[in-house]
Amino acid sequence: MYLQVLAACYKALSDHHQRGRYAALAIAAVVIVVGIPLWWKTTETYRAWLPFSEISELDSLQLQLSVDIEVVFSRGTLTPEQQKKFPLSHVNEKEHQVDGLRYKYETRYRTATIMEEDALNQPTAAEADLSLHMLSEKDVKVYVGQRRTALLRSPPFKSSWSLKEVLSNLDVEVEQVVSTMSFSHQDIVAALSDRVRMAKVTKESMADSMRAIKSSPGYEITFSLLNPDPRSHSLHWDIEGAVQSCIQPLLNKLAPIANFSVDSQILYYAVLGVNPRFDNSVSAYTLSADSLSHVINPVEARLGSNAASSNPVLNFLLYVPDSHHSPLFIRDHSKREVPSNAFHSPRWGGIMVYNVNEMYGPEAERPVDININMAKVMGVFLAQLRLMLGVQHTHPPTGFVLQSPGSAGLADWELDRLLWSRSVENIATASTTITSLAQLLDQIGNIVINDNIAQQVSSAVTSLQSAVAELEAGNLAFALQYSREAILASERAFFDPSLLHLLYFPDDQKFAIYIPLFLPMCVPIVLSLLKIVSEAKKRRADKQAKSD
Amino acid sequence: MSHDFLQMHLKAVISCLLIFLYKVHTTKAGQFFSSGHTNNWAVLVCTSRFWFNYRHVANTLSVYRSVKRLGIPDSHIVLMLADDMACNYRNPKPATVFSHKNMELNVYGDDVEVDYRGYEVTVENFLRVLTGRLPPSTPRSKRLLSDDRSNILIYLTGHGGNGFLKFQDSEEISNMELADAFEQMWQKRRYNELLFIIDTCQGASMYERFYSPNLMALASSQVGEDSLSHQPDLAIGVHLMDKYTFYLLEFLEEVHPASQANMNDLFKVCPQSQCVSTPGHRTDLFQRDPGSVLITDFFGSVRKVEITKDTINLTSPVEPPIQRSGSGDIQIESLTYVDQLPVAEIIHQKPKQKDWHPPDGFILGLWTLILLVFFQTYGIKHLKHIF
Repeated sequence: MYLQVLAACYKALSDHHQRGRYAALAIAAVVIVVGIPLWWKTTETYRAWLPFSEISELDSLQLQLSVDIEVVFSRGTLTPEQQKKFPLSHVNEKEHQVDGLRYKYETRYRTATIMEEDALNQPTAAEADLSLHMLSEKDVKVYVGQRRTALLRSPPFKSSWSLKEVLSNLDVEVEQVVSTMSFSHQDIVAALSDRVRMAKVTKESMADSMRAIKSSPGYEITFSLLNPDPRSHSLHWDIEGAVQSCIQPLLNKLAPIANFSVDSQILYYAVLGVNPRFDNSVSAYTLSADSLSHVINPVEARLGSNAASSNPVLNFLLYVPDSHHSPLFIRDHSKREVPSNAFHSPRWGGIMVYNVNEMYGPEAERPVDININMAKVMGVFLAQLRLMLGVQHTHPPTGFVLQSPGSAGLADWELDRLLWSRSVENIATASTTITSLAQLLDQIGNIVINDNIAQQVSSAVTSLQSAVAELEAGNLAFALQYSREAILASERAFFDPSLLHLLYFPDDQKFAIYIPLFLPMCVPIVLSLLKIVSEAKKRRADKQAKSD
Repeated sequence: MSHDFLQMHLKAVISCLLIFLYKVHTTKAGQFFSSGHTNNWAVLVCTSRFWFNYRHVANTLSVYRSVKRLGIPDSHIVLMLADDMACNYRNPKPATVFSHKNMELNVYGDDVEVDYRGYEVTVENFLRVLTGRLPPSTPRSKRLLSDDRSNILIYLTGHGGNGFLKFQDSEEISNMELADAFEQMWQKRRYNELLFIIDTCQGASMYERFYSPNLMALASSQVGEDSLSHQPDLAIGVHLMDKYTFYLLEFLEEVHPASQANMNDLFKVCPQSQCVSTPGHRTDLFQRDPGSVLITDFFGSVRKVEITKDTINLTSPVEPPIQRSGSGDIQIESLTYVDQLPVAEIIHQKPKQKDWHPPDGFILGLWTLILLVFFQTYGIKHLKHIF
């Protein structure tokens, strides 16, 4: 009986052990099957899906720019035999291996229609008259008009030439005209300066790229009148009328590129930071070119800007010297007088000095009322504004005459040039932004990507693809619009405040957090599993021994 | 053999000549291409709070003062001060922050513009300013609106350690986070060149991890060394400046907007004999040679200027403005202030009767306590002996 009790105890014990083993196994199973996935899921950061593959495609940007050209021959330039094949169209493609840029020039040749002939011959059409006048002068080969036409005078063609020879002779000159009126390779490379190595860029285009303000959705233009001596001069300037008639037409033309807001102010007792020197030879005060760079800083502190917007500001200052330092002239680096009496600083704005000492005599009652001649002032400011906004100095080849844009502010072909370089710049910037954002989000696994960011990124990618397609097709206006949308969306996505990477945990900190939580729980489970395994091994060894 | 020698000699001469010509060409190149920047920004941060960290605020304000003196306007400076020393209750000379003992130099002045003050100086705000990820309602003065042609000066001071900098005595920024922030700035082309100066203990550890191009860094001490403070002022009762920034300020006081001092001079500021710690610098990520970088490229704001050669002839005349006569016929109604303060009434007013208020909590509590003690001592049944 004692043995029976012992056996029963032993069986109960082994049952107990069996139950214990099952319990340990069950707990381990629950921890592994349920616990670990649950922990993983709940500590995961929410990351909305981003089109990474499309973004990496955008990285290798292959831009193709298309230009449509129409060459019109007036009557008498070609023999009827040469004219047989007209209208003729010809496509010329140029490719630059290094930058992935392709230019397509689609040229159509035709003879002038009757209306065009009449327009050319009519003496009263002012433009035609002027242009013919200019062309009849000796050295002028090409006259580029205000809109998108240019008149080219070429040496007469031999009637024995075939059409091919005629066209190939013309090619060089047509190419020159096209590169002046649309874009040159240097301009496009300068617009892509972020992505492309600057080694191959000429000094002029680098200076242009540093002078012109970066593409931005909006700009603020501020006109300031600085009156350091209100006791002597009481200045009146009709800035509203001047802006309406002189500056606003230019801004309206540039409306597809950016939004502009214009304001003006008058600052009293604002002095230049530099003391001008009196020059006896002209009995006037002069500012040398070297001291000009120190003029801006003391004034800038007082200029102020619109606190609500973060748009870049272009300042145009009109400085009327005080009566003790009048007249004040600016000298350039070779000590010569500057006719405009104005200077500008890249990406900042311009300053013009307006002398009023001739408008009153010494006996006039102080303060003297002075009306400022806004036409002269606006002429200078308009020229500076064009430079600031990126309407580059074109350096046309010799023999080219460019018609001055006058009150419109901007010739159509100048606008086209700006649109080309802006579209390319916007596309380049937007694609760099998107690719760097994708890289950033890929690298840092802890950043939360909200739905709105994913949506902005997707819309930026689709806009970019549309913009590139429109550039290929040659629709400049649409390309610019899509590129603007792309840049807005990409900037909004990149600068979203929620993307702040404050979740940087070094690995040792991660261990320090998880070990006190998980180690006490895992130790009994692991030990019991080990015990089960070792017992199973022992039993198998016993069975083996028994069976032997 | 002699032929080879001659050939080699000739090659050497030619290459020397070419190098000489190249050098002449680059020195003749305009100011435009020597530095490539068109505007300057400065981000100056003091990360310490409490009165005994007076010297960190004085450090930052000294650099602020130098930077303003050399031309950077307030609109281009983001100044973050974690505590207000000038109006601190313990300041025996209110509205001043001195940087020299015997109160020689007041760096607070009367035109200090602090953009982030007090508890707004956090790691999050600092990183947001650098990367530009600020909420849309942030005003312009609190933003770093730099572009790809901006040179930025970043100055940090406070208490730091190996690989981190302490903000407000409660949080830290690590060197990895700083390096990542600079990389994001580079990706978005928010700077042309960046000069990073840090004056903390073990400051060199903060620039170890930088990996973006066009960065130059200076620190006041190496890893394992402490940056020491300079002199205490017995009247104010705290140390006024740190040694490194004190000698940096001394150096900068000699720089004026047209000076040609370069970065090599800056590296020599505060050698170990003066600073006790060894200042360090890092230039391997910088493209240009430090000897050709002017101090004013970062600390000042020398503008590139071009003469306007072309003007546009406006053919349509602008309407002339209305002629105003000198005496001013236009009568503008004289404006008066509305009578908001009827002073005559106030002067002759009688003092108002104050309404009666029941006694407040403290008095009530005190009475209750006294009553309780009384009843505890004497018991309720003894009440009839009293009343």
